[in-house]
Amino acid sequence: MKELRIHGRGGQGSVTAAELIAVAAFESGENAMAFPAFGVERRGAPVQAFVRFSNDKIRLRSQVYEPDYIIVQDSTLIKDVNVFHGMKSGGIAIVNTEKGIDAEVPAGIRLITIDATRIALDTLGMPITNTALLGAFAAASGEITFEALKNALRHRFKGEIADKNIQAAKRAYDLVRGGS
Amino acid sequence: MRQIIEGSHAVAEAVRLSRPQVIAAYPITPQTHIVERLAEMVADGELNGEYITVESEFSALSACLGASAAGSRVYSATTSQGLALMFEVCFNVAGMRLPILMTIANRSLSAPLSIWNDQQDSISLRDSGWLQFYAEDNQEAMDLHFIAYRVMEDHRILLPAFVCFDGFILTHTYEPVDVPTQDEIDTYLPAFTPYQKLDAQNPLSFGMYATPEYYMEFRYMIDQAMQRSKDVIGKAGREFGEQFGRDYSSLVEEYRMEDAETAVVAMGSVCGTIKDSIDEMRKKGKRVGLLKIRTYRPFPIEEVKKSLQSASTVAVMDKNISLGSRGAVGLEVKDALFGSDISIYDYIVGLGGRDIRKKDVAAIVDLAEKGEGNLFYGLHEEVL
Repeated sequence: MKELRIHGRGGQGSVTAAELIAVAAFESGENAMAFPAFGVERRGAPVQAFVRFSNDKIRLRSQVYEPDYIIVQDSTLIKDVNVFHGMKSGGIAIVNTEKGIDAEVPAGIRLITIDATRIALDTLGMPITNTALLGAFAAASGEITFEALKNALRHRFKGEIADKNIQAAKRAYDLVRGGS
Repeated sequence: MRQIIEGSHAVAEAVRLSRPQVIAAYPITPQTHIVERLAEMVADGELNGEYITVESEFSALSACLGASAAGSRVYSATTSQGLALMFEVCFNVAGMRLPILMTIANRSLSAPLSIWNDQQDSISLRDSGWLQFYAEDNQEAMDLHFIAYRVMEDHRILLPAFVCFDGFILTHTYEPVDVPTQDEIDTYLPAFTPYQKLDAQNPLSFGMYATPEYYMEFRYMIDQAMQRSKDVIGKAGREFGEQFGRDYSSLVEEYRMEDAETAVVAMGSVCGTIKDSIDEMRKKGKRVGLLKIRTYRPFPIEEVKKSLQSASTVAVMDKNISLGSRGAVGLEVKDALFGSDISIYDYIVGLGGRDIRKKDVAAIVDLAEKGEGNLFYGLHEEVL
């Protein structure tokens, strides 16, 4: 079983991102489970959402404490929250930032930074970063195919909104694949 | 068809497939997504029933009571404070023998205010005369709705039922579920045939007063129906298994109990975590198993006794507390095992959404084997 923890702020779509990844993983033939950690439900407050992936039925109901992957939607969170806490060695951290990050990355963790805010502004016209980060996650982790992610986005959004979100995901996907 | 959807939406699908004629509910976290989806289904014509919007939970269940007495298949959903507000109507519904189905998205009770999960809400309606089913995952939550309707509407039973599933932990989780087709459910669950109903041509009274000569007999008859429901649940669960391949013929589920020296007993979603923890403990050579209680009312005393008789230690994990006494499941298990020399310990866990991890289950098994129990597990001593 593999586990993902998404760090964001209320309003950034962390829960939606977790759900889309689970839908995409399910479409790729895996079992998946997505669920939120409900802390303080207000815009701007740090929030978390989780995804589990497995070939077997997933029974575990606790939150995710030792993730294989993390996604950080907002690098300013790193000041307030130890986003790397409990990460498994060999894990992958995907962080939205326009520059580097101002924190030490634990040994054995592969850091991928991506300017998802820029991609979101270019494609969606709004700083909603989650779908770009999903593209980066698909490329970096291999847990979901881009095709499955595209289908999940089509299922969730309609028409032009779906097209733009797919563009955002594709830009990030290509950037991460090109860079690795 | 197997699909990945949110738990609340899976339950809404199960309700739609059950063809309720009247739904009345008031939204409350974490039940909201169920009733929002049902309201959409009714508005979009996917569900051919009446959705009555009301101003409170008291009114919601009162509307359900009237609709059920008039002969309709009826549905509602609530949690926590909402269920507390329905307290009076809950007893009336059972006393009038109205088979109303209500989903409980289990949540703790105020004060202090908490929107998070435990099972105190439905447990507090223990003595109301409602059947109580508890689901481990969203598939089971769906399936129990069909089974509950079959059982409740049986003329030998005629009692209302809660299908309980843990708030947020299941309600807000996306996971794969197999959604039956309408034809399949129509085969399993025929239309409701009321035993009696309000009818101007043939007037009846429901819920009249009973003098001391008769009141006890009414309560006795509800208790008798509860006792009879054990067989009816078993049969409905077995037939569900024959049609859908998921067997619910027992009121309990055993997991690796065959040679277990220590047995964990629990209800609801935590059973999944316990199963994973048991697999880990078994790998280390510990002989441990789980007895999952699926039906809290009626309480499966015979099944519990039979399942636990060869264990030497029993650890009950209760997501509720009868303040001044113990956990509600722990008390029942002690009653079931009365007179045996099995060591039985109760652990109050997960109140107000406190997370329960595999290592907590292992720690509880260790405590029970050391003879330490009947305690609140995992308290933050520094804030006491």
